[in-house]
Amino acid sequence: MTHIPVLIPAPLLLAAFLVPLAGMLHQGLVPAVALAGSAAAAAFAVLGLRKVIAEGPLHYELGNWPPPVGIEYILDPLSAFMAVVVTVTGFLSLVYFRPSARHEIPDRFVTGHAVALLLLAGLSGMVVTGDLFNLFVFLEIASLSAYALVAIGDKQAPVAAFRYLILGSLGGSFYVLGVGFLYFATGSLNMADVAERLAPIYHSRAVIAAAVLIAVAMALKMALFPLHLWLPDAYTYAPSAVAGLIAPIMTKVAAYVLIRVFLGVFQPSFAIDHIPLLPAISWLAAGGIIFGSVMAIAQQDLRRMLAYSSVSQIAYVGLGLGMANPLGLVGALLHVANHAFMKACLFFVAGSLRYRTGSVGISDLAGMGRKMPWTFAAFTVAALSMIGIPPAAGFFSKWYLLLGALEVGNGWFVAAILLSSLLNAAYFFRVLENLYAKAGGKEDESRVAEAPASMLMPTLLLAVGILVLGLLNSLIVTEMLMPVASGMYRR
Amino acid sequence: MNLAGFSANFTYVVTTLLLVIGLYGMIGKRNLIKKLIGLSVFQTAIFLFYIHGAVQPGGTVPVWDARFATAAQYINPLPHVLILTAIVVSVATTGVALALTVAIYRRYGTLDETALLQRMKRDS
Repeated sequence: MTHIPVLIPAPLLLAAFLVPLAGMLHQGLVPAVALAGSAAAAAFAVLGLRKVIAEGPLHYELGNWPPPVGIEYILDPLSAFMAVVVTVTGFLSLVYFRPSARHEIPDRFVTGHAVALLLLAGLSGMVVTGDLFNLFVFLEIASLSAYALVAIGDKQAPVAAFRYLILGSLGGSFYVLGVGFLYFATGSLNMADVAERLAPIYHSRAVIAAAVLIAVAMALKMALFPLHLWLPDAYTYAPSAVAGLIAPIMTKVAAYVLIRVFLGVFQPSFAIDHIPLLPAISWLAAGGIIFGSVMAIAQQDLRRMLAYSSVSQIAYVGLGLGMANPLGLVGALLHVANHAFMKACLFFVAGSLRYRTGSVGISDLAGMGRKMPWTFAAFTVAALSMIGIPPAAGFFSKWYLLLGALEVGNGWFVAAILLSSLLNAAYFFRVLENLYAKAGGKEDESRVAEAPASMLMPTLLLAVGILVLGLLNSLIVTEMLMPVASGMYRR
Repeated sequence: MNLAGFSANFTYVVTTLLLVIGLYGMIGKRNLIKKLIGLSVFQTAIFLFYIHGAVQPGGTVPVWDARFATAAQYINPLPHVLILTAIVVSVATTGVALALTVAIYRRYGTLDETALLQRMKRDS
């Protein structure tokens, strides 16, 4: 039996407990411990992905209790891919966390690192677990960490965190209730076991209620329009270091749970024939894509613009899932990876800007492209990728989503994807115009310098990563995502 | 619904009532503490639902006893264990939420959502 599946969340959890101890000895040790734990998790995730592609799924029986009685951790192509996205993006976010937290939240430096690691442990646990209730426990570990991290931000942050907590806990509670229905209907919590026992009782009203509850729960957690109300304030008022950690991966893991439950635990046909959940998700997502983009155009604050853009971008993932065909799912999964890199890069830039100028208004950006050339070069790459200009990665996920929409023959979805690219262009070109075409203010002309190397490095790495993901997209799709997607729909 | 049906489904009726009351508290009330009370009521209703599912009429405690040979004679212990975990989660959530309300009150001097949103708007 291989230990790799459990070795992904374990180093993060261990580091989360070691960080406060290290902080008592010397503050300088804290980032080292945090990065070591996160790097170990990322290394095991990459190792796991390679092994899964070569040898097939890896199973780990926690405490040596065989499933379905014991809790099982599973690395299959889907969870291995997600684990790599979560841990690698998480690692880069932690690299950025140190300089940004030291500047913005110096008195929460140690605890901030510890809670950030708990958040990553929760998210990676959600990805690898094969047990429905264990998923809830990891979900709440991640969510509670996120509420706490958001709350250490600006003056308004605790209010934003409280609203996030109420809606997030409502989502968590709906999920437990849904899992309760499934448990009493099937007598099991192991996903593979539940999947087998569910097939003959799809018509049961308890099962349908469970499906609806879990769908609403995860729609809340992934901020699927119109359940996105917690997101804009939370992302805007969170410390920059936290926004750079939460925004890229948090909502995607909730989307992963939807994929796991509705294409794995249930057969894909269930959520179409017995209750039209997948079509509902796809229509809401199509609405959310447009709504988020339009709202982003209206914002004056760079962070709030990026937050509304997240509402729109997570809806792409929902749309790809809701289309219920392999091409759409490929687009959704590719977009999970692409958008994780893009949004991390963009929020890092917003944080660096705040570090140097203390302001994140879009109108204050005039001339900044020349003062912080490298930072905003990274921003430009990410922005072009968000709009969908090849060879940046964002183009390719939209391409597969578009192919998926054409395959189901839904003109509205095609229109939504194309229109949102146009809207993305509108709000990013407004920023780019300010950055490069307008002259800067007079008095701070000389004072604003390039971001410090510790913040610039992860930002540039992500920008390069966006291009690499774009260039390698055919490899990722044919080697990993296409087998995942066709595997999930073949059953 | 006749009386027999009602008593058979009594727990479900109470659970549903509590869920609705909790949801109303969370969404309908303007005071943050009342929202939190709503959340707690909502979560407690779910605990009740799980515990009810564990009941085995005439069943005994889930410790092996030679006089009770079949599984159907024991109460199902798993929902109890799950709910112990869920209670821990709920306590942690309440703790974080109370800490947040303290921070909010210190900064804004109110816990009324309408007043808070006004004062937040003034700040930004």
